Amino acid sequence: MTRRVQLLENRSLLKLAAAAAPILLALIALPSLINTYQVQLVIYGLIAAIAALGFNLLLGYTGLLSFGHSAYFGIGAYSVAFVVAHLGPHSMEFYLLLGIPLVAVTSALFGYICVRHTRIFFGILTLAISQVVYSLALKLFWVTGGSDGLRVPRPSLFLGLLNFSGSHGFQFFIKSYYYYVLGIFVICVILMWVIVHSPFGKALQAIRDNEVRARFLGLRIRRFRWISFLVSGTFTGVAGILWAPLNGLTTPDILYWTFSGEIVFAALLGGFRNFTGPIVGGIVFTYLRTYAVASTEYWQLLLGVVLVTLVLVLPTGIVGAIARARQRLGRRNAVA
Amino acid sequence: MSILIIQLLNSLLYASVLFLIAAGLSLIFGVMRIVNLAHGSLYAVGAYVTAWLAGRGIALGVGLGWLFLLLPLGALSVALIGIVIEPLLLRPFYRRAEEYQLLVTFGLLQILEDLIRLVWGGTPLSADTLMDALPILHIGGLFYPAYNLLVIAIGVVAAVILWAVIYHTKFGVLLRATSQDRRMASALGLNVGLVYVVAFGIGCFMAGLGGAIVVPTQAAVLGMGVDALIIAFVVVVIGGLGSLKGALIGAVVVSFVRTAGIQFFPELELAVLYLIAALVLLVRPTGLFGTT
Repeated sequence: MTRRVQLLENRSLLKLAAAAAPILLALIALPSLINTYQVQLVIYGLIAAIAALGFNLLLGYTGLLSFGHSAYFGIGAYSVAFVVAHLGPHSMEFYLLLGIPLVAVTSALFGYICVRHTRIFFGILTLAISQVVYSLALKLFWVTGGSDGLRVPRPSLFLGLLNFSGSHGFQFFIKSYYYYVLGIFVICVILMWVIVHSPFGKALQAIRDNEVRARFLGLRIRRFRWISFLVSGTFTGVAGILWAPLNGLTTPDILYWTFSGEIVFAALLGGFRNFTGPIVGGIVFTYLRTYAVASTEYWQLLLGVVLVTLVLVLPTGIVGAIARARQRLGRRNAVA
Repeated sequence: MSILIIQLLNSLLYASVLFLIAAGLSLIFGVMRIVNLAHGSLYAVGAYVTAWLAGRGIALGVGLGWLFLLLPLGALSVALIGIVIEPLLLRPFYRRAEEYQLLVTFGLLQILEDLIRLVWGGTPLSADTLMDALPILHIGGLFYPAYNLLVIAIGVVAAVILWAVIYHTKFGVLLRATSQDRRMASALGLNVGLVYVVAFGIGCFMAGLGGAIVVPTQAAVLGMGVDALIIAFVVVVIGGLGSLKGALIGAVVVSFVRTAGIQFFPELELAVLYLIAALVLLVRPTGLFGTT
């Protein structure tokens, strides 16, 4: 029995690999086709996708809507800035090595508090805690630089193997960093896929769908939610770590609660009821936001209108809508 | 000593504005179980409309006494917006998951924030003529504007009226019945849709009134709504979502902590507020006076 399940799962993993291979190949070939600015945009998109992917473990798979994920993104970004300011080595691996445990510990700590509640109270509690972090970053300016933020110079990649200080450093950095982020993105996607298809992931979905029954099955609900929170926050934190050197600056904006709203927006845009939704959502949202900001001074208005129509008309998001359209087409073909 | 009195009055001033915002938020949650993220922006609209009307009024040479009538006018305009928003945008969401309700009001927040910028631009709008129209009082050698006392009085009066409406009128009974069991109220022949519109309108009126009375003391600026929403959240979390008494106590607690914070620990003032909110949520998730 378990063997068959495992076989099935292996097959689904193979299926994922088969479906993802062309996309991955296209992503690998991409930088040679487009200019540096566009590459930079895709990197931002991939980072947003990692953040939304992490966020969705809580919303889509555990059924908890966090309105405070800016905290973990921001703590990731600020951890990089602190390393730059106080510890020295400008190496991306070093940032990740120090940043990931830091984000994991803080999300474990905050998560331990937050998972005592569900529904709207969970949302408000996560929001309140993220605002504590925000106001500390804003007011403790001798540590965090206040609203000016902290500068993050270009780090070296692969333990100093790649340096970017020359005159063409920027272009070279963007291209190399693209592959770096792409690599981490692929690792994150595979990791998340394994997590949500593991018994642990199934338990989370059981808790999401029916808490009482899950409890009768003997699942320790709060513990499961806590671990889910930890993993979710850490993924979003990794996105923050990757974001800081690309942006070159960390400011308290990314800790403010409206930034959490943008993460929620991205997940919903793609569709939070399926695995690929937040990935698509993160990338599409980055483009949407960038072009909205570029095309009009009132970009927030535009985004707000998109969000409201989306929630009204397309509640399952882009991926959900495509899946439904395909299903309908398939049924029509079958009838014919 | 007189400094203490002034700080006390300042706290009460802030508490009265906060109560207006938080009571509206709490009323809307209590009746329709929606946390309206756009509530702070509605408060900002109230402030902007009042400041703009006051500017118009002064330009047209309206008497200073008449300008005070603009305060309820600013609040009424926000109530009108609310009456349009509720059936149009919120009604489709009552049966859907909470995530969608939060997201639609978040979208509304983004729209309102930019509409404010579109209509009134980025420069702060002030209406301090209203404040200057009233005399300045001397309290033990220090000066204090009488307008601030008016704000405190409006807050107190609003609290009394709201309490009387909810607990001593027929409409209040309908409101509480709908809030306790929407389907049962509907089955008994109540026009639940109408109750919702009116409740949302009252909630918006309160937010607008908060904005209207605060704008003579401080200019209307971009982002004031988003900040106010978060503080109002702290208030309703401490007092209990959906509770009128809670909003009152919460507003007083928050404003006193904040005044003390600005005086003694300015760096941590905001952080302490959120920490209090988080602590209350941990110990009593429904707040000090919440029921559900």
